[in-house]
Amino acid sequence: MADQKDKADKRRHRLFKYLRKEVLPTAFCPGCGCGIVLNCYAHAVDELQMDPNDLISVTGIGCSSWIPSPYFMGDTLHTTHGRPIPFATGAKVTRPDKTLVVIAGDGDLIGIGGNHLIHAARRNIDIKVFMVNNLIYGMTGGQLAPTTPAGVPTSTSPYGNVEHPFEIAELVAAAGASYVARWTTFHVFPLMESMQKALTRKGFAFIEIRSQCPISYGRRIGKRTGTEALQEYKETAVRAQEAAEMTPEELAGKIVVGRLAERDKSEFTANLRQLNDEIRKKDAGRRPEDWSIS
Amino acid sequence: MIEIDEELCKGCGICVDFCPLKVFETSEKINSKGYYVPVPVKEKDCVGCRLCELLCPEFSIIILNE
Repeated sequence: MADQKDKADKRRHRLFKYLRKEVLPTAFCPGCGCGIVLNCYAHAVDELQMDPNDLISVTGIGCSSWIPSPYFMGDTLHTTHGRPIPFATGAKVTRPDKTLVVIAGDGDLIGIGGNHLIHAARRNIDIKVFMVNNLIYGMTGGQLAPTTPAGVPTSTSPYGNVEHPFEIAELVAAAGASYVARWTTFHVFPLMESMQKALTRKGFAFIEIRSQCPISYGRRIGKRTGTEALQEYKETAVRAQEAAEMTPEELAGKIVVGRLAERDKSEFTANLRQLNDEIRKKDAGRRPEDWSIS
Repeated sequence: MIEIDEELCKGCGICVDFCPLKVFETSEKINSKGYYVPVPVKEKDCVGCRLCELLCPEFSIIILNE
């Protein structure tokens, strides 16, 4: 045990101050994109010189929910399946001084907790959601997810998927989020800057990160390594500015990356506190028996 | 200067394929988990862009620019 601790102390990656290094190496499969997202997140926090104690990372169930818990140093809530946003909403309302970050997967945020996601976007609550979209339920063995593209074979659709997938970033943008972007694990520098922007911006920020799952997804479509998936992202990514001038036929099979929405909108917790203060001022000195609806 | 924490590496080969200057090469060396670790064969070509550090999913590459 002491030997293990000595070994952990010797490692001197400059981001180790943000990581629980005693649990490394990560439990992710070789070539998984979750490690790249963790790396970008730790880099973004490092560049902003944020105190990790001011961050609360909330996560659900799934491979990508392992990104903040246990690897990221700082407060973490590892919650039930699909419900990181309700937990984060509660944490944000009670502790508005903290920065709430939700890092979870597509199965968690859109498969199980899709309604929470769109309603959080509608309210514009100050939560940062980084959704790692690997297009599959990876942890449980590669079952069909609501994000799986049409025609793709999975363990529960061996002859190909007959459904159409969700375009999640567009959905959240339409629901009213104040900042929406999409990147892939290949676009590490823009992803890091986008994360910094989301972390410093007030309001609901959503970043969809297209990530690779070489074991549960790539294996069935002939892309068995992480590098093949990253190569595909490099070839198929189209910037949002260019995509605006392209036809839907030209965009078939492409990944639109970049900032998809940015708008100024009043924020939920600030509105709630303001209303609370106003009513407290108005009702000062009144007793419960005097309360009336009007 | 490039340092590789061989015990953290899972041999995914992302650094080998995505280094713009092709500094890394997969070696025959196996770590204790049974993965082939990369070696920085052309270390003198490295400009210190830190792309490998950011792309490495396992935090096993350390670039020391000073």
